[in-house]
Amino acid sequence: MENKEKVSAEEILSLANTLRWDLGMNLHDTVTESIYEGASKIAKKTVRVKDEKSSVNWDLKIDKVVTSKWLGFPIMFFLLALVFWITVAAANIPSGWIASLLIDTLHPILKNGAAAIGFPWWLSGVLIDGAYLSVAWVVSVMLPPMAIFFPMFTLLEDFGYLPRVAFNMDSLFRKAGAHGKQALTMSMGFGCNAAGVVATRVIDSPRERLIAIITNNFSLCNGRWPTQILIASIFIGGLVSSRWAGIVSAGAVVGVAVLGIFFSLVVSWALSRSVLKGEASAFSLELPPYRPPRILQTLYTSLIDRTIFVLWRAVVFALPAGILIWLVANIHIGELSLAEWFINWSDPFAMLFGLNGVILLAYIIAIPANEIVIPTVLMLTVISSGIAGVGAGDGVMFELDSIADTERVLRAGGWTLLTGINLMLFSLLHNPCSTTIYTIYKETKSVKWTMISTFLPIVMGFAICFFTTQVWRLLVK
Amino acid sequence: MSNQHNCENCPVHHKENLIRLGIAMDKVDYVIALAGNPNTGKSTVFNNLTGLRQHTGNWPGKTVTRAEGGFSYNDKRYKVVDLPGTYSLLSTSTDEEVARNFILFGRPDVTVIVADATRLERNLNLVLQILEITDRAVLCLNLMDEAKRNNIEIDERTLSKELGIPVIPAAARQKEGMMELLGAIEEVASGRYICKPHRIKSRSDKLNHAIDSLVGKLKQQFPGLPNLNWVALRLLEGDQGMIDAVNSGELGTLSPSLIPADI
Repeated sequence: MENKEKVSAEEILSLANTLRWDLGMNLHDTVTESIYEGASKIAKKTVRVKDEKSSVNWDLKIDKVVTSKWLGFPIMFFLLALVFWITVAAANIPSGWIASLLIDTLHPILKNGAAAIGFPWWLSGVLIDGAYLSVAWVVSVMLPPMAIFFPMFTLLEDFGYLPRVAFNMDSLFRKAGAHGKQALTMSMGFGCNAAGVVATRVIDSPRERLIAIITNNFSLCNGRWPTQILIASIFIGGLVSSRWAGIVSAGAVVGVAVLGIFFSLVVSWALSRSVLKGEASAFSLELPPYRPPRILQTLYTSLIDRTIFVLWRAVVFALPAGILIWLVANIHIGELSLAEWFINWSDPFAMLFGLNGVILLAYIIAIPANEIVIPTVLMLTVISSGIAGVGAGDGVMFELDSIADTERVLRAGGWTLLTGINLMLFSLLHNPCSTTIYTIYKETKSVKWTMISTFLPIVMGFAICFFTTQVWRLLVK
Repeated sequence: MSNQHNCENCPVHHKENLIRLGIAMDKVDYVIALAGNPNTGKSTVFNNLTGLRQHTGNWPGKTVTRAEGGFSYNDKRYKVVDLPGTYSLLSTSTDEEVARNFILFGRPDVTVIVADATRLERNLNLVLQILEITDRAVLCLNLMDEAKRNNIEIDERTLSKELGIPVIPAAARQKEGMMELLGAIEEVASGRYICKPHRIKSRSDKLNHAIDSLVGKLKQQFPGLPNLNWVALRLLEGDQGMIDAVNSGELGTLSPSLIPADI
């Protein structure tokens, strides 16, 4: 057993120092050199490349195009727009099928069943009109677009295109004083911000890692894509003839996503010149070879890992939110329900920003998950504006089989093109969801940086909406 | 390795001997570390062995934390730890530290190094660094299908002789070579295959003497910590991360916390 007195750390380090001087200063280089030398010697002995010249290097040829100075960004935007356009165009029909099954058919059966076994009205209200309907709504609105969007996105990833996106963005991020790898973590954020925040571990400098964490929320996550797609289809796509509606609304969604990248760069730039000062560190980004995507496996994993995962999360959060919505719509103080009190009280304030009380309340209810913003907005709109002919009572999520129905409700609730644009902006710029906030805290272990990451985007959101609204009113009036 | 040809009688071809355990990893006999450069298919190998579906992507640096899974092969239970991809063991980012600390101080029974056959020379840099610090390793020469497409031929026998460890050609995405890999892992883990890992020979007597005297001191301060030679070499190089770890005493806490409690 070791019984000797422990030597101190200083003693070890000073011995190391003395020995280092004795050996000369270039030990690190010697070790590194001999490793490289060994590697190249062994490789020479064992690797043989047959007729090198005749083989066409397709990787290099593709890379020359997709990462070229002039074509790189247009190709990127085109692919992104194509993916959204296919999603927007193809999702509406299966959405209608699921809605008619879950809402038109199953909901009355459940209601009648509950009445037959003598449920009191409030219990069947909370469980069936609140919890069940909100879950059904989330499934029918979100499942089809996700089942189309994620496999396409995963195919691009599997093929090897996403690292090229990072490559294209790299110099922009370095100019903003951030780490080039932030382009990678930002792209991960387009799937899920919590995952993007965890992915920042690939960045070694704490300063640059914090910048990447704070700005990750500017990547539209998949909880927000449905909001963007739906609102763009109604308010932007509605501006043009139906032939062009799909393309124009896809363009608008890409526009918001690009705006997010722009904010990400601007905020990184501002942070690296104020509270997080420093130089961008250099790194090498390896472009992996293109690989033929394994279509079936990609479909399977994107369905299980992403679609079902995200859907499950949305359902888990929609359930209690549905109950909460039903309660705030049905608990009355005096003449008005809790929801109406809040909406009426916050409306004048929200109008300054071109939003409305419904949107503010929806974003408070949706802090756990961005996915439920749209269902909540629709439901609260019906309550507060007392639209006749839709819905089956306060706090009940009604059937909306098509985008046209949704549009009818929103227009009746006093929504305009300006409200739609502001909702899209606010959906891009608001606090991260609670999962992401918790992840940021776990990764930074700092309340201060968690607070900054939470409140910076929401302050920016209000500022941008305010600005847009004031300019709009000046121009339109 | 003698059993790389597809002969039906080889024990390695008995697929039924493999039971994928997913995340059930109690009472394991051996711990396997999966290391390698980014984007060489470590996670695909990991999924093939454990039956888990850790998301894979054509994306360097996708695995940033340790992922763990288990399998049972010929009645022995193995735990597999999928480490983040790294280019070297000498740098300082969080993901590389995770990999480095586990190989150094977690004492895996076998370190499986997954290498990209199309970029062998660059991958060998990491392989040689790992062989400096471990005696038991297997090289999984992955992406052989891509190498074939690019007209690259690799002499696996010579490579195995040079490195002193088993070399298994594989195409993990097509699940090729996985049974042979399992066989090699078993042989090294059980001690039937004794590795004679390649070591860098350019060390002078003076350097060896310096390492010895530093290791003597380190032993007193951090008893039981494996790989003190490597720690000493880093200190002699003036590696700031290692100096900090000695200064704060953090180095002493690495060993017990990284050795899995259930073995």
